[in-house]
Amino acid sequence: MGKVSEDKEYVGFAALPNQLHRKSVKKGFDFTLMVAGESGLGKSTLINSLFLTNLYEDRQLPEASARLTQTLTIERRGVEIEEGGIKVKLTLVDTPGFGDSLDCSDCWLPVVHFIEEQFEQYLRDESGLNRKNIQDSRVHCCLYFISPFGRGLRPLDVAFLRAVHQKVNIIPVIGKADALMPNETQALKQKIRDQLKEEEINIYQFPDCDSDEDEDFKRQDAEMKESIPFAVVGSCEVVRAGGIRPVRGRRYSWGTVEVENPHHCDFLNLRRMLVQTHLQDLKEVTHDLLYEGYRARCLQSLARPGARDRASRSKLSRQSATEIPLPMLPLAETEKLIREKDEELRRMQEMLEKMQAQMQQSQAQGEQSDAL
Amino acid sequence: MRTQWSPSAAPVTPLSPLHPDDRHPCALGPMDPLRRSPSPCTSRPPSPRTPPCEMLGHVGIEAVLEQLKIKAMKMGFEFNIMVVGQSGLGKSTMVNTLFKSKMWKSTLPGLGVPMPQTLQLQSVTHIIEENSVKLKLTVTDTPGFGDQINNDKCWDPILGYINGQYERYLQEEILITRQRHIPDTRVHCCVYFVPPTGHCLRPLDIEFLQRLCRTVNVVPVIARADSLTIEEREAFRRRIQHDLRAHCIEVYPQKCFDEDISDRILNSKIRDRIPFAVVGADQEHLVNGRCVLGRKTKWGIIEVENMAHCEFPLLRDLLIRSHLQDLKDITHNVHYENYRVFRLNQSHALPRGPGWVNLAPAPADLTATPGPWKVRWQAHDSSDEEC
Repeated sequence: MGKVSEDKEYVGFAALPNQLHRKSVKKGFDFTLMVAGESGLGKSTLINSLFLTNLYEDRQLPEASARLTQTLTIERRGVEIEEGGIKVKLTLVDTPGFGDSLDCSDCWLPVVHFIEEQFEQYLRDESGLNRKNIQDSRVHCCLYFISPFGRGLRPLDVAFLRAVHQKVNIIPVIGKADALMPNETQALKQKIRDQLKEEEINIYQFPDCDSDEDEDFKRQDAEMKESIPFAVVGSCEVVRAGGIRPVRGRRYSWGTVEVENPHHCDFLNLRRMLVQTHLQDLKEVTHDLLYEGYRARCLQSLARPGARDRASRSKLSRQSATEIPLPMLPLAETEKLIREKDEELRRMQEMLEKMQAQMQQSQAQGEQSDAL
Repeated sequence: MRTQWSPSAAPVTPLSPLHPDDRHPCALGPMDPLRRSPSPCTSRPPSPRTPPCEMLGHVGIEAVLEQLKIKAMKMGFEFNIMVVGQSGLGKSTMVNTLFKSKMWKSTLPGLGVPMPQTLQLQSVTHIIEENSVKLKLTVTDTPGFGDQINNDKCWDPILGYINGQYERYLQEEILITRQRHIPDTRVHCCVYFVPPTGHCLRPLDIEFLQRLCRTVNVVPVIARADSLTIEEREAFRRRIQHDLRAHCIEVYPQKCFDEDISDRILNSKIRDRIPFAVVGADQEHLVNGRCVLGRKTKWGIIEVENMAHCEFPLLRDLLIRSHLQDLKDITHNVHYENYRVFRLNQSHALPRGPGWVNLAPAPADLTATPGPWKVRWQAHDSSDEEC
C-alpha cells in the first residue's frame, strides 16, 4: 500500500535537467564569434588569451606597401576546444583590412553582407526538407575593439556599429587598455557609453539576474555591467610578477601588467561573461531576436506585390517544393535597387508623356498662328 | 660648432655662427664650395680655398663668438614646430612636456571640445626664457587629422599652411625696403605621431610622409609608447625604418645634408633610433624621493625622463638641445630656397615691374610641392638608395 502512494507523489520531473545536460554534452556546442576593429588593437592576442589556443599561428601580417591596396576580407578560422568532457566548436570570423585604407567609406558593407548571408543560409536550411543536421553558421557575437587612444568612438566606429547593431550581438571592448591610467579608463568608458546612447546603438544587454540570487552574485553582476565597455589586455606570455605564482602578463620596465588581475583590466569579466555565463544566452538572442527579425523582414518584403510575382515565376525552377517561395530571397539591397529602377522607369514615362503633350500643344498653337 | 650629442649632457649653447636671418649666408665665413647654400652663389665662381696660415701670437679672434652670442641673446630666437597625428595620441601633452610649460590644456576624453569635422590648424605662441635666453616658440596643432572615415587628401590643409608661411616670408624678402628682421613663421620642424599598432606604417602615414618630407623637416615618433614592451618597440621601429626606406621617405636628419664626417657619425646614431618611442606626461609624481613627470598606473609609474622607460630625452635633445639651429638652417637654406626657386621660375616670363621682381600671384592651391631637392653641392657620400 505504502509503495503505491510513493509512486503516485513522485513523478520524476526533477531528472529533466540532467537529461538535457546529457543531450547537450553529446551534441556539443558551436559558437561563432566575430572580431572587428582597426588593426593593431590587440585582437588576435586577446582571442588567443581568451581561449588559450594559438589560432593565429600561420598569420602573415601584410607589409605597408601591400596595405596600400588592401581591401576588407572576411576570414574564418575554426577550432575545437574540449574542457571537462564538453566539446565546443568555435568559429572565429576575422575582418583584416578594416579601417586600414585611406578611404574607409562603406568598408563595413562586406561585413554586413556576410552576416546576412549566414542568416539567409539558415533560413533556407530551416525551410528545407531535411532539417536534421542544420549547421548553424550565424554570427552569435561580435567583439568590437575600440582604440584606447581616441577620444571615444571615432566616426568609423559609429558607422560600423550602426550598420550591424540590428543584426548581431555587439560587445564593445577597449583594446590595449594598459596604455591608460585609471582615471583615463573611467573617462573613456563613460564617453563611449554616452556616445552609444546618443547614436542609439543597441549593444548586447546582459540580462538581469533573478531576484532570488544571493547578494554577492547580484553585486558581482552589477559590477560587471558597470564595466562595459570592457577594458582588456591580452597576453599569452607567462611572467613572474613578484608574487610566487607565474601569471600571464606583459612585462614592462616599470612594472608588469597581469592579464587576470581584476584591478589591472577587465579580462576576467569579459571571459566570465562571454564564455562562462552568457554563451548560451548569446546564441538564444541571436536565434530568437536577431534572426527572427531578419526572417520577418525578409518574408514581409516577399509578401509585397512586385516581389511575389518574381518569386512565383521562378518557383518552377526550384526542385524542392516549398510552400513559401524562397528562391528569390533577395537581400534588402537588391530589392531596393529593383524598386528604384521601377520608380525611375515610371518617372521617365511620365516625363515623356508630358513632353509629348507639350509638343502637341505648341504644334496646335503654331497652326493657330499660321491660320491667323 | 656641433657639440657631442648625448642625452645626459647639460644644456649646451644653442648657437652657431650662422644666423638664419642673415641676408647672404655666404657673406660670413670662408667661401667653402662644399657649403650648402644654393642660388646666390652659383652665378659667381667660388673663391679659391684660402690656405690656413700659422699664428705667431694671440690675436683675439675668438672674441667674435662672444660678440655673436651677445647679439643673438638680444634678438632672441624663434622656433616654429608643428605636431601632426590622430587625436588622442598625446600631441598636446608632448608639447607641454617638451617645453615644460602648459602650452595647451591636455584633456581627458569627454571633457575636451568635440572632434572637428574637418582638419583645422591652430597655432599658439609663447615666449619662454631660460638663463636670459629668450625663445619665441610657436606650436601649430592639427586636430581632426586622420579622424574621418575618408581621409583622402587630409594633408592638403597642412601643405597649404606650410607653403603659405614660405610665401609670406618670400613676399617680405622681395620688397625693396625690407624690414631689418623678417618675422620667421616658417615651420622648422614637423613632428609626426605614429600610433603604436606594433605592425607597420599605415597607408595614411605613408602618403602623408611622402608628401611632407619634400617640403619640411619631419621627425616621426611612436606615440603612446607605454603600450609596447621593449622588444615590441624594437621590432616596430625596424619595420617602420624598412617602410621609410622602401618608399623613399627621407626624414630629419636627412642623409644628404650631412656636412662632414663628424656630422655623419652623430646623425647616423640618431637615424638608427628614429622613430623615437615617446611618452608624454605633465603630471608630477614622487619616485624615490624625486619629483618626476610621469604616468601613474596600477602596476607602476612610467617616468618620462627615464631612458629605460621611454625615449623622450632623445627627442628633447634632438629638437632643442642639439639640432634646433640645424633645423632652422635646413628650413631656410633648402626647403625655403626650393620654394623660392619654384615661385621665381613660375614668374620669370613677367616683365620687371616697380618691385625688384614681380611675382606671379600666389597659386590658389598652395599644395603643389616644388619637387625633389635640387642638391647643388657635391654630395660626398652617395646614398645607397637613389630615389
